[in-house]
Amino acid sequence: MSILNYLWIIPALPLLGSALNGLFGRKWPNKIVNTVAVGSTGLSFFAALEAAREFTQLAPENIPWVKQYFTWIVAGDFRAGFDLQVDHLTVVMLLVVTGVGWLIHIYSTGYMAHEGGYYRFFSYLNLFMFFMLILVLAANYVLLFVGWEGVGLSSYLLIGFYFLRKSAADAGKKAFIVNRIGDFGFMLGMFLLFKSFGTLDFVPLFAKAAPMPPDLMGHLGMFTVACLLIFTGACGKSAQLPLYVWLPDAMEGPTPVSALIHAATMVTAGVYVVARSHILFTHAPTAMFVVAIVGCATAFFAATIGLVQTDIKRVLAYSTVSQLGYMFLACGVAAFSAGIFHLITHAFFKALLFLASGSVIHAMGGEQNMQNMGALSKKIRWTYLTMLTGTLAIAGFPPLAGFFSKDSILLNAYQSESGGRILYAFGLLTALLTSFYMFRLIFLTFHGKPRYNEKKVHVHESPKSMLVPLMILALLSIVGGWMAAPAFWGAPDYFAKFLEPVFAQGGVGNAEAAEATAHALETPLAVVAVVTALLGFIVAFWLYIKQPGKPEQLAKSMRGVYTTLLNKYYVDEIYAALIVKPLLWLSSSVLWQVVDVRVIDATVNGIAEGATDLGDGVRHTQSGNTRSYAVWVVIGALVIIAIIFWPYFRVATVGAVR
Amino acid sequence: MVPTHYYLILSAVLFGLGVVAFIFKRNIITIFMSIELMLNAVNLAFVAFSQALNKLDGQIFVLFVIVVAAAEAAVGLGIIILIARNRHSLNVENVDLLKL
Repeated sequence: MSILNYLWIIPALPLLGSALNGLFGRKWPNKIVNTVAVGSTGLSFFAALEAAREFTQLAPENIPWVKQYFTWIVAGDFRAGFDLQVDHLTVVMLLVVTGVGWLIHIYSTGYMAHEGGYYRFFSYLNLFMFFMLILVLAANYVLLFVGWEGVGLSSYLLIGFYFLRKSAADAGKKAFIVNRIGDFGFMLGMFLLFKSFGTLDFVPLFAKAAPMPPDLMGHLGMFTVACLLIFTGACGKSAQLPLYVWLPDAMEGPTPVSALIHAATMVTAGVYVVARSHILFTHAPTAMFVVAIVGCATAFFAATIGLVQTDIKRVLAYSTVSQLGYMFLACGVAAFSAGIFHLITHAFFKALLFLASGSVIHAMGGEQNMQNMGALSKKIRWTYLTMLTGTLAIAGFPPLAGFFSKDSILLNAYQSESGGRILYAFGLLTALLTSFYMFRLIFLTFHGKPRYNEKKVHVHESPKSMLVPLMILALLSIVGGWMAAPAFWGAPDYFAKFLEPVFAQGGVGNAEAAEATAHALETPLAVVAVVTALLGFIVAFWLYIKQPGKPEQLAKSMRGVYTTLLNKYYVDEIYAALIVKPLLWLSSSVLWQVVDVRVIDATVNGIAEGATDLGDGVRHTQSGNTRSYAVWVVIGALVIIAIIFWPYFRVATVGAVR
Repeated sequence: MVPTHYYLILSAVLFGLGVVAFIFKRNIITIFMSIELMLNAVNLAFVAFSQALNKLDGQIFVLFVIVVAAAEAAVGLGIIILIARNRHSLNVENVDLLKL
């Protein structure tokens, strides 16, 4: 039995776990809920490992491995099946999703131990795993969209997990509604693709698309429009400008959720979709350019907001938005494997950072404001060490994972033909900001003087179930990038090599010539990147350790900039004024007061009132008096007789007149 | 031999009397009797036509009408007895519970 024939097992296991916990978990003790939730994801992880092992032994002509289980929708020429597909990209995503997901499940058993709705949490979390796996395994856009919507649903449920808190419920709704805008574009994109190619299955669709002539730069051809529409969906899910606003608010959910869904996996779905559709994107240079610009702008924009946030999770949320921008920047310059590479390393270190921040919050008894922390490094040693590892990784210090992936993106951006230097410059600037705000987080949280009431807050290290996942993720954050390391001494980048069968189909072009120049650039650019990261560290160190009063002075002297950043460029307020308020006005004063009350309700009520009035009138004939009924019967009989005999009467009278 | 239209005129007069009594009388038994009168007026017309046309159809119909009338009398009298028991009255004006 080969697992590749039974691929459905991988997503089915978490679904089973979700169903068991959701249906029966309420009565079960926490231990059984744990076993079911962690066990099902663990088994799923091992199934994915086995699938990956078998995949590597497949003959090249069998790749991509597509397994058709049953036909889901048939309408005319259209067919959408429950088809699962495995290729190099899927394998990578599969391992990251199940692996990181499993670690976060284990962590959650410690983090959520004292929370109400324990079984509900794990049921949702498993449900998320199911949909995410469907998303990465899907062999056509329709099934992918099922997973896409499903993870959105799980995200909504988990953001609003503390649904008694209004802010959490609102954040859930916000996430769902903002995503809906993106999904609208995604669906239109799918329709256009079906209209143009007659299929939504990946393999035949891409096979048809590959030989077609690409759209010209600046022209809105079919490829460009379809790609831009799909990218709209990706913007919603992956929190890019201008649809990023839901992600920071999504931090209302429990921290493991932020780690799993809003950092490591779900939000990367947009990047995955763009990478999956890379053949379409390479045919649409305009769309690629837009992707690169949006990614770059988001990376920079979100990083600037991250500089001044005081909530530890919000800093990480903006950092996530910023890093997702990096991934799109990579996709936009046709460096898809670099984008996926960053997706993976980011999954490691951002999951680590979120889980570590969860551990900090746990230790502080629920406090999230960094201004009420400080000097925690001694008290929660392991959390500190792991979080520091994550910080070094995201800041891009060699030889940690973030260094390799970020470096690869910056290198590709630098080499890109359209506006490469500017993209590179902003990317580098973002790297500087990233390094700064991450070390600011570390210094504010773990160093300096304690700014909390030491008598009230009993700081304690987290249980093993939380620390072990942290350590594993820390290890992954260190070694996760080494697959690409050989590029520095001229050997092939193993990660890019592994994904090559997927991304080479598009015919990106003169790869060898680019490689030659890449080697020449690799080292100098890497040095620049490291210097940048160091600079960020030094500035943060100087501001928050050496001169603790300085940040406040700076904030005062640059009041305008500071408050703008603190209020996140007033984007939420602008959206509220431009979109939410007019919509509410339209809904309440036009749709409700006029259309609903005066037209729809008035019509319905009018018909009802008419019937009542008619009844009121006719009611008087029903006197209840037998004799009056008799009169009606007689009158009726007379009328009928008159009608029947009318012609004869006429003949008789006319005849008489003559 | 008596001409057919004599029978028919008599039948019409009887029927008219029945209708008038049906409408204007208040006693349920009288109303019931007026229904019988109307039925028998119709019977008379049937046999008159039967004789005039020299066909048996009309007479057969009369038998049917008599059977129906007998059945109606059984049910109708039963209803009347029930009304009399429950209302202690035979006045049809009092039987108007369905009135709004």
